[in-house]
Amino acid sequence: MSYTVRKFDAVIVGAGGAGLRAAIQLSEAGYKTAVLTKVFPTRSHTVAAQGGVAASLGNSEEDNWHWHMYDTVKGSDWLGDQDAIEFMCRKANEVVVELEHYGMPFDRLDNGKIYQRPFGGHMSNFGEKPVRRSCAAADRTGHAMLHAMYQRNVKVNTQFFVEWQALDLVRDADGDVLGVIAMDMETGEVVVFHAKATIFATGGSGRIYHSSTNAFINTGDGLGMAARAGIPLEDMEFWQFHPTGVAGAGVLITEGVRGEGGILRNSSGERFMERYAPNAKDLASRDVVSRAMTTEINEGRGCGPNKDFVLLDITHLPPETIMKRLPGIHEIGIQFAGVDCLKEPLPVVPTCHYQMGGIPTNYAGQVVIPKDGNPSVPVPGFYAAGECACASVHGANRLGTNSLLDLLVFGKSAGETAVADLKAGSSAHKPLPQEVIDKTLARLDRLNNQKGGSNVHETRLDMQRSMQKHAGVFRFKNLLQEGVDKILQVAEQVAQTEIQDKSKVFNTARIEALELDNLIEVAKATMVSANARTESRGAHVRDDATDTPETPDGRDDKNWLKHSLWYKDGNRLDYKPVKMKPLSVDTIELKKRAY
Amino acid sequence: MEEDRTARINRLKWHCRRALLELDIVFQRFWEREGDVLDAQGEAALARLLELEDHDLWALVNGKDVTDDPQLKGMLERLRVV
Repeated sequence: MSYTVRKFDAVIVGAGGAGLRAAIQLSEAGYKTAVLTKVFPTRSHTVAAQGGVAASLGNSEEDNWHWHMYDTVKGSDWLGDQDAIEFMCRKANEVVVELEHYGMPFDRLDNGKIYQRPFGGHMSNFGEKPVRRSCAAADRTGHAMLHAMYQRNVKVNTQFFVEWQALDLVRDADGDVLGVIAMDMETGEVVVFHAKATIFATGGSGRIYHSSTNAFINTGDGLGMAARAGIPLEDMEFWQFHPTGVAGAGVLITEGVRGEGGILRNSSGERFMERYAPNAKDLASRDVVSRAMTTEINEGRGCGPNKDFVLLDITHLPPETIMKRLPGIHEIGIQFAGVDCLKEPLPVVPTCHYQMGGIPTNYAGQVVIPKDGNPSVPVPGFYAAGECACASVHGANRLGTNSLLDLLVFGKSAGETAVADLKAGSSAHKPLPQEVIDKTLARLDRLNNQKGGSNVHETRLDMQRSMQKHAGVFRFKNLLQEGVDKILQVAEQVAQTEIQDKSKVFNTARIEALELDNLIEVAKATMVSANARTESRGAHVRDDATDTPETPDGRDDKNWLKHSLWYKDGNRLDYKPVKMKPLSVDTIELKKRAY
Repeated sequence: MEEDRTARINRLKWHCRRALLELDIVFQRFWEREGDVLDAQGEAALARLLELEDHDLWALVNGKDVTDDPQLKGMLERLRVV
């Protein structure tokens, strides 16, 4: 198979919020920058973010970054790195104002300042009372953000390669990153993007789960490429789930449905939340509801032929209340559950929403790995930002509106660091390692020539069902142990996928097979890391982690206040300490996370 | 000629990869139903819809917004089939 080489100063993979923000930095500094993206930039999954972006502007009431930092550390259940969290919260105002200058149409107050609204977990005065910190553009914040940043990139001559699939990272024998190998979907042509700086901004990998709110493009391509190149994946056991996604589809059903009187029922019609939360019942917190639903399903009281969902019942509510107060729910029921929710209950299941872990980075956006006894040594030429990266600011659980902030702050800082490194570095490109390119071409050849192999769709489904069952929102020792064996079996099938369509132009079958190569690395990392972490922390909740004075709610700081690092080679784990020391303020000391 | 159709359909299919899960699912089902029978008019109508922004397209598919354009209206009805 042939290929060509194109030279750039910088190549960025992904054109969602983080990739676009990083590209602005590089192109404005005059560097020749390529951005590769599977879909048109304004169709990236950032579009789905509606809640807003957190910044302690204090436009409606007193607020400051230190309070925001406290909330974020607490939300992370103390697994977040406090230097990175301070950095993010201090930079928030700057990146939001910059975005406004790029043309972002934020909602405004009468005095012209940016309007701010409250959001779960964001408090004033170190957890005292809710504060208005989220800046939004109606319910299209992510979408408006992408448009503003895309326009800015066009102005500063960023070169976009739209509908390109990145295949592998180019990392030489010294461990330096020299670009990416990618395929033009239109022609099937393979090109090596030879660059002095490579930034991954490929988003999340929520499609590893059977029930996921993530769009189909979220296949963890950056994580798969990093893992194949010997880079570990950090804290992959931590995934945020939403209790009520439509079973089989993943489309979210707002918590407002339970707020209006919706009731969760098991296969015998029992209102099971009365047993788990006698007072709050169906209005208990997200994690309590998700855990109860999982227990019902695991103990055989789920509904449907596979007993793998529960029911959300609103048939007792007046139809006019449903249509008025819960607009859209009726249509979602019809479209995605085949159910008229005025007459029948909706099938729901806890649904994967956001990936807290990812490619390990520091707050400068550099990818960092353990080396010679130092847990965080930058990989020359390699940067990452956004959901694919783990800075780590979300730790064991993310606060709403901190994800858009993450991609702005770390997209910018990855770009800034790359600019500084380009200025300080050699003017020549380091030679490409032929053996790395050959390996990728061999992977493509294997896929194109596989006979009698496994079916991509079925194998992906097998992976997704295994993840949902064995490493879902509520985790059990035996299921996790079985899950490790199961996912390794699925990985063997992934290595033998076969495609019938061998055409070159927009061969979606080939792209889906290549995406599965990436998803399976994320799935293995998640299962193995979750099986090993025997405590409960944030979004990782285990049945066997007991609540004692030393381990409140199962959180075991003595043994588990550390980041997991999963390596593809040998399917092995390593750990590194959590950075408890912020940049300028005192450490936010450990305590039980309670709201 | 047949190969041209395959390429065109594959391109359209890829353009159905969207930012919103709701649309991904609607299009996935559409292709399962109509992948083999979509004619040139259908292709043209679909291509026009795919040019829209995701939130606007979803609003048309879920009936929150409406269009008077007969070509788009027909395709939206086909997309809405459950």
